[in-house]
Amino acid sequence: METREVLFEYVLRLGDNALILGQRLCELLGWAPELEEEMALANIALDYIGQARMFLSYAGEIEGKGRDEDQLAYTRDVLDFRCALMVQQPNGDFAHTMARLFLMSAFNEQLYGWLVRSKDQRLAEIAEKALKEVRYHVRHSGEWVIRLGDGTEESHRRMQRAIEDLWLYTGELFTPDEVDQAMAAEGIGPDLAALKPAWQQKVEAVLREATLERPADGWMPTGGKDGRMHSEHLGHILSELQFLQRAYPGLRW
Amino acid sequence: MKGWPLYEVFIRPRNGVAHRHVGSLHAPDPEMALELARDLYCRRGEGTSIWVVPASAITASRPEDKDAFFEPLEKEYRHPSHYNIPPDVKNM
Repeated sequence: METREVLFEYVLRLGDNALILGQRLCELLGWAPELEEEMALANIALDYIGQARMFLSYAGEIEGKGRDEDQLAYTRDVLDFRCALMVQQPNGDFAHTMARLFLMSAFNEQLYGWLVRSKDQRLAEIAEKALKEVRYHVRHSGEWVIRLGDGTEESHRRMQRAIEDLWLYTGELFTPDEVDQAMAAEGIGPDLAALKPAWQQKVEAVLREATLERPADGWMPTGGKDGRMHSEHLGHILSELQFLQRAYPGLRW
Repeated sequence: MKGWPLYEVFIRPRNGVAHRHVGSLHAPDPEMALELARDLYCRRGEGTSIWVVPASAITASRPEDKDAFFEPLEKEYRHPSHYNIPPDVKNM
């Protein structure tokens, strides 16, 4: 692949992670346990959709085929998506929603924290804006992990289960493939493995305070960010996300 | 999750002015009340500081105290209305 294609692929991943996580959180509108928390989740969802717009617009420019953020979001088929398995996971119960948001946002905090010094000026600018938002997401979801973990017997059991279920998808985040390696070599993206210690430290500190057990690192699946083997959930997410543009192509507000 | 206590929210719009009551919310504890206040009342960049106070901690006057508390007094000299406020003083 040419550098340009690799960069397109890389920025697409950043955009798709934000888009799908944002869409997942949007699914909760009208379903959150309390009105106040619903507003918080909607804000966070909109932060991620906003990040997706910036990354996908940039991806479209890199590609140079005239596709804009909307076309990339609404008219790509499932196999052309490049999002991590983690963000594809269903909302499940409130513990799963918060555990996923926490694990992923803590990753994004490290990733964006690195990207602000990227040699790619545009990525650095997007990351700088997104980093402020993501710090709040880590804080908010982390506080919930702590409250549910160190809450009642029932909430503890559910949060422990959520962390264990989702731990499986943390491996892919830190496993570099050739795209990640190429970007790291160019100084555009980080060495993913080097981000892990700080992420781990943050996650472990929260789990400790939450009286939760850190799951062991076993075999972990990959295949989301390179589109090789998505979860069965992604197609269903897209059927909702893309319905309007598929049924009424080019429809505008 | 039912029965989260009520918190009153106060926001200081900018440095140099007092916190103002902006509304209330339900939250499981003070720390979470602060975060939820941020999401409910500071989405558009208003504010430099937030206070959250358990509504139960507020002692309020009662409507029947109206006369004793609030009856306008014929003591105009208590009002600073005859002073000219310098133009540079924005909040008084």
